[in-house]
Amino acid sequence: MAMNTSTPKETSHLKREILVRLIKAYLSDNFEENTRLIPYAMRPKNSDVPNYRCCIFKERAILRDRAIAGLGFSIEDTDDSVLLSELANKAEKREVPDEHPLTVLTTACKGCVPSRIYVTDLCQGCVARPCVNTCKFGAISIQNGKSVIDPEKCKNCGMCVQVCPYQAIQKIIVPCESACPVGAIAKDENGHAKIDFDKCISCGKCASACPFGAVHEKSQIIDVLKNIKAGKKTIAMVAPAMFGQLPCKPQQLKEAILKLGFADVYEVAQGADVTTKTEAAEFEERLMKGAEFMTTSCCAGYNELVDKHIPEMKPFRSDTKTPMYYTAEIVKRENPDAVTVFFSPCVAKKREALQNPNVDYVLNYEEIGAWMIALGVQVAECDESEFKTQASAEGRNYCVTGGVAKAVQTLLPEEIPAHPVIIDGLTKQTVRDLKKYAKNGMCELGNLIEVMACTGGCLGGNSTVNAFKPALKQVTNYVNESKSIKEQID
Amino acid sequence: MDKKISVKVCLGTTCFVMGSSNLQELIEMVPKKYGDRVEVSGVPCLGLCSIDWEFSKAPYVKVDDDVIKEATVEKVLKAIDEKLK
Ligand code: SF4
Ligand code: SF4
Ligand code: FES
Repeated sequence: MAMNTSTPKETSHLKREILVRLIKAYLSDNFEENTRLIPYAMRPKNSDVPNYRCCIFKERAILRDRAIAGLGFSIEDTDDSVLLSELANKAEKREVPDEHPLTVLTTACKGCVPSRIYVTDLCQGCVARPCVNTCKFGAISIQNGKSVIDPEKCKNCGMCVQVCPYQAIQKIIVPCESACPVGAIAKDENGHAKIDFDKCISCGKCASACPFGAVHEKSQIIDVLKNIKAGKKTIAMVAPAMFGQLPCKPQQLKEAILKLGFADVYEVAQGADVTTKTEAAEFEERLMKGAEFMTTSCCAGYNELVDKHIPEMKPFRSDTKTPMYYTAEIVKRENPDAVTVFFSPCVAKKREALQNPNVDYVLNYEEIGAWMIALGVQVAECDESEFKTQASAEGRNYCVTGGVAKAVQTLLPEEIPAHPVIIDGLTKQTVRDLKKYAKNGMCELGNLIEVMACTGGCLGGNSTVNAFKPALKQVTNYVNESKSIKEQID
Repeated sequence: MDKKISVKVCLGTTCFVMGSSNLQELIEMVPKKYGDRVEVSGVPCLGLCSIDWEFSKAPYVKVDDDVIKEATVEKVLKAIDEKLK
């Protein structure tokens, strides 16, 4: 399994450091001024400049842009002349988060060359010249004994790459473009990556792929801090993947979250149990009526994919709501006055939350981690605190690829056999596969298609903190000590 | 035989979030690579992150008494190799 889905380490270090500094600034006695100072504190006078940047001023300008995303604003739409202190002030006054959760720091994009076909030094200028002969567009000629591509004529078809016996011709890829499953991000005329929000499904793959850390999430951390500071009863809804993120027991994690100022903590696995029961019943009913297949509907990235790119899949997608939906419904019913915050492994849930009045804010695991650093909370030293409602093993396993299909299967009667098909991560290829199933109205591989936008499931989400393997181990331990959902039924 | 080299990977919350989550592989890798010449373990907060603004230099790893700041797998392996020279 390709498991290295996390953001390159150095850029996530930067992003997290900025978040910690923003939180500390918010909790200090002068939020605005201390926010303004962040780029200067991180790159003081005479400090070293990383060799991929020209000078300290450029470096600070980029840190300023990153802080803008941390404050929850769009980097593209923010004027250069606005001070970070003004933005801090604006962030504190904001009532609702921005509609689209991603923003691109184009100044960091510069180093990345546009996608093209490139002849390397390995070219031997061979006699056979298969490249010249293969190119249908006559774009290649031999100059000074080496092959040369005319960019005006080249159509990026890549035929020459395949035929060169020395593998001397390479396709230069743009990491974000090649990671995006739906072609929603591309470099514009100025060489800056731009997201087409009509196409974007908020899967976060571009954010994970960019080696410069140029794609940022607009954080809602200030909004949440503000509610807690104002004494609002703020409740955390923790998605199952969170239990694999920090080195401690689930019960200690609950205590650590209470220390941040939350009034209570609910497991989203509790809502997952409702999803499982509803979806199993729905699957049974659909099959009885002769349906060929059904897909799951818990992944926000996949749901946006269907809505925007594969409308013909809608009849096959389960009508059951997501674990976040049911959890938020329970929380608001039990605490009508509460502000709800969903703890998410990915950016896609921010979009889902915008459409759900029961979910007020979404924070990702990097933001939670940064918050713990800012307050000096050591999770492993926290006491243990039990959850009021115990979720099932199956619900707690939703974050692992295959976990949702397995949960549904557990509740199906014997005469309704499910044959799960697992789509472990959206790519250009798996999107094509899904389109095919929808168009044909059937899937030859099975009848219950589980779709996870992220490879590995939510544990591979774009804003997770822990590496995949140890996270999986920790979640699996928790699952193994939990009771089966069957016991809730009997 | 010389004294064993000790490698302590900080798995306290600050270091973990700032990147030692990705250093956990050292705990399997080091014994495979160096056998029993090196002793490696994940340890709770080394107390370095809370001094002033030192969280920004996390994750920390200690190789014997030497502190490695902003540790990466490569940096730690290099420090071990130096000691073994
Ligand atoms: S990968 Fe995309 S977003 Fe990142 S620097 Fe390259 S073009 Fe820009
Ligand atoms: S979030 Fe996903 S869909 Fe949107 S631009 Fe990035 S990779 Fe493409
Ligand atoms: S968490 Fe590593 S030094 Fe404190």
